[in-house]
Amino acid sequence: MWAELAVTAGKLVAIAATILTSVAVMEWVERRGAAFIQDRLGPNRVGPLGLFQPIVDAVKLLFKEDVTPEAANKWLYYLAPMISVFVALVTFIVIPFGAGDDVTVLGVPLRGLVVAPDLNVGVLYLLALSSLGVFGIVLGGWSSNNKYSLLGGLRSSAQLISYELSMTLAVLGVLMATGSLRLTDVVAYQGAHLWNFMPQAIGCLVFVTAAFAETNRLPFDLPEAENELVAGYHVEYSSMKFAAFLMSEYMNMVTASALIVTLFFGGWTFPGMGAFTGWPLFLLSLASFAVKIAFFLWLFVWVRWSLPRFRYDQLMRLGWKGLLPLAVLNLVWVSVAMVMKWI
Amino acid sequence: MASIVFYLAAAVALVSGAVAVSHRNPVVNVLSLVITFFCVAVNYALLGAEFLAAAQILIYAGAILVLFLFVVMLLNAPEVKAAGDARPFQRAAGLLVACVLAAGLVLLVLAPRFPVPGVGAAGDAKTIGRLLVGPHLFAFELITVVLLTAMVGALVLVKRKH
Repeated sequence: MWAELAVTAGKLVAIAATILTSVAVMEWVERRGAAFIQDRLGPNRVGPLGLFQPIVDAVKLLFKEDVTPEAANKWLYYLAPMISVFVALVTFIVIPFGAGDDVTVLGVPLRGLVVAPDLNVGVLYLLALSSLGVFGIVLGGWSSNNKYSLLGGLRSSAQLISYELSMTLAVLGVLMATGSLRLTDVVAYQGAHLWNFMPQAIGCLVFVTAAFAETNRLPFDLPEAENELVAGYHVEYSSMKFAAFLMSEYMNMVTASALIVTLFFGGWTFPGMGAFTGWPLFLLSLASFAVKIAFFLWLFVWVRWSLPRFRYDQLMRLGWKGLLPLAVLNLVWVSVAMVMKWI
Repeated sequence: MASIVFYLAAAVALVSGAVAVSHRNPVVNVLSLVITFFCVAVNYALLGAEFLAAAQILIYAGAILVLFLFVVMLLNAPEVKAAGDARPFQRAAGLLVACVLAAGLVLLVLAPRFPVPGVGAAGDAKTIGRLLVGPHLFAFELITVVLLTAMVGALVLVKRKH
């Protein structure tokens, strides 16, 4: 009982620490990556290669004056960034980070560092909580009492509802092939068969596109389109409340990448993993998962600095007339392929 | 442990439900409704119906109430003054419906066997799926027709303006 509690607490601390660290690293990657793509140097003064820049930025944000607009709805204004960070943090408890059925700490099996391994609706839990993230953005936009932030919040709610549909339909294809809602089973299935992105290329494409829209990243960052809305939903936020929104955006990127990898790119599995067992397998699987996530995080940065922003009507047309039919097509394909025993 | 969580969630659900109908700010109404749904989902999960809990949050809290919030903000609905302009027959009708619903609820709770079929085994999606396309197929299809009708109706309303 106590050993189990200790191991669960340890998992939570380890995961939260890793994610918060990766947020800091991502900020550095984003700025240096942008500079690299635009043929400049980027922040390279603080520490080796500018690696300590995120720490300096965090200190700056901490000591900035925290301005609350006079006409803001104070309660909701304070609540909004908290909702964003909360939702971004709690989605990680169902993601399998590695192998580890035969790895034990204090006599408790680690079970792939999943905090809630017995939750049999893993994927649904993830989709449900991430759909709550929109409340942070919408409330932040509304409670600031500023027309630009209100427009940003409204845009984001419309965008999130539209793209959630295609995202869920794309996930449905994976769940049909696996026959289970647990992410552990999804990974195990991909360990025994092809990784899902090969038989379900369309579903994968839809999911990745929708993930960009769900995380409000370019080319779909309409909620914070600078040249139309100043900064969108967080115009009126300053100091750590602004930083909270920024952090939750990066945490959502990490979640989205972890989900893309888990659902379509084999999770922690890697070729030739049959040769390992126990701790070596566990550590290698963690490394494999980390490398795959790092690739998709870089893809987020890469796309952001390569593609221009969509216009709002284009965004809606792509979501409803492009992605949704494609997601349904993927479902039809998976059903036919399953009946014909192709996959 | 489970009973503490139940009483806590039930109490929060009741309070936020009361706030949802009584507060003057429409945005606060919607938000307290979100909290109510969340607490109801917690109680579903306690009953072993994890699928229902996730669906409750995904569909009601995550999609439908976001739509509510969208409309409230878009119309920029003003804070409601105390509702003094209700007509007498509206009050009477409201009271009647409330009484009927309350009587039904009391009868249901007092019934010797709580009529919730499949609780305990219905936690996973497979059981629910089999129930939906098996014994409850007719009701399931009927609901899809109702939803389709609503969708066609919305399209007709929108197209008429153009």
